[in-house]
Amino acid sequence: MNIFGYLGLLLIFPGFLFTAFMGLMVGWVDRKVTARIQYRVGPPWYQNFFDIAKLFFIKETLIPAGVSRALFLGMPALGLAGATLVSTMVLVINASPKTGFIGDLIVIAYLLLIPPIAVMLGGFVSENSLASLGASREMKLMMSYELPFILAMTVPIIKCGYSIKLGEMISAQYVNGPVFASASGVIAFFVMMLCIQAKLGFVPFDMPEAETEIMAGPYIEYSGKALGIFKLQKAMLGFIIPVFMITLFFGGIKDDFSGFMKNIAEFAGILVIMIVIKNTNPRVRIDQAMGFFWKPVTAAAVIAVALAYFGK
Amino acid sequence: MGLKEKILARSIYVFHVSSGSCNNCDIEILDCLTPRFDLERFGVVLVGSVKHADAMLCTGSVNRLTVPRIKKLYEQMPKPGFVIAWGACGSSRGLFKDSYNTGAPLDEIIPVDAYIPGCPPKPEAVIGALVKLKEKILNKKAVK
Repeated sequence: MNIFGYLGLLLIFPGFLFTAFMGLMVGWVDRKVTARIQYRVGPPWYQNFFDIAKLFFIKETLIPAGVSRALFLGMPALGLAGATLVSTMVLVINASPKTGFIGDLIVIAYLLLIPPIAVMLGGFVSENSLASLGASREMKLMMSYELPFILAMTVPIIKCGYSIKLGEMISAQYVNGPVFASASGVIAFFVMMLCIQAKLGFVPFDMPEAETEIMAGPYIEYSGKALGIFKLQKAMLGFIIPVFMITLFFGGIKDDFSGFMKNIAEFAGILVIMIVIKNTNPRVRIDQAMGFFWKPVTAAAVIAVALAYFGK
Repeated sequence: MGLKEKILARSIYVFHVSSGSCNNCDIEILDCLTPRFDLERFGVVLVGSVKHADAMLCTGSVNRLTVPRIKKLYEQMPKPGFVIAWGACGSSRGLFKDSYNTGAPLDEIIPVDAYIPGCPPKPEAVIGALVKLKEKILNKKAVK
């Protein structure tokens, strides 16, 4: 494949444009289901596209006096680059499990960390006390959910014959059945559900951008295109992290019709669990979140790893 | 009426500025987001930072302490941005017209695009003001 082929994979399909479109649609589903749960009507399907287009093409981008311009505007770009790369990798490996390299799962785990780090650094460089507070909360939250997240990721690794290549994990699950069909897989799946809730900044764990107390946290000084990029990055993660979970626990995206329908059902299931958790829980404090992730959730993840080790 | 105006009129993020109001109008802002009126179906979202906002909802008779702050917030709002004067006090100082503490009405401090009458305004009046603001965005060349 030549350079234009790779660029096409990265920027159009299945990289940037496709993931952004799907992510914004997922964002609309979230808003609409939230509205229906609260007996409201909710916005039309194109609302998120209009919001992003408004930020990109109409609003001006303000840069606060005295901040480093390169860092302030570079952080959204870094976050978007991380989100684009991880979505391209996950979707390309799903399409053809032969591609990829040994250890690409670890690369994906690292790339999933880049968007939160970009948000955090963006908050720190914007020289606003509320932004710094939000960024420090983001950092603590990241430290608390990463441990159970990696432990939960270990379960599919053990189940798929100690392989850290995503393509091999997909083919192993094609032969042996999905990881979710075992006890350890179920525990690890729900541990990871809680972790992605924090990773996506959904409500019980949205203290980095708590709108009612610290006014959007790290994003407070961002406006116009920079804010649009941050929102787009978050939307892309909202699509790609459930796909990544389907890859780990249900054996990836199938190419036959009934398998693809099952994939859609799995995706909808993950989305529904996320939205229901979001709508039925109040925001917790940062110390409560850390305690929650480090004590019960990590314990559950360790139990899942032990069960997987003994073949359950 | 171009595409940009249509997009902006369909997605108005509002920021709430309270310039010495009696808290009645502030409660009415939240009323408009509740199930019965649900302004989110028109794309209206209440945001926490003025830098994310397209419109400022100014409640309260503007007292002397808040005049410089309102000016600063207006300057911090990314343009194109709009100002909605909310309630009798926001539109004309209302009851506090002759008070020692209220020097000038809001529209002599920053440009105001829409007025919502009432003390406090009913949610129907708010939706009416929103329609007027949309018409203003769509008809005039609000977007450069």
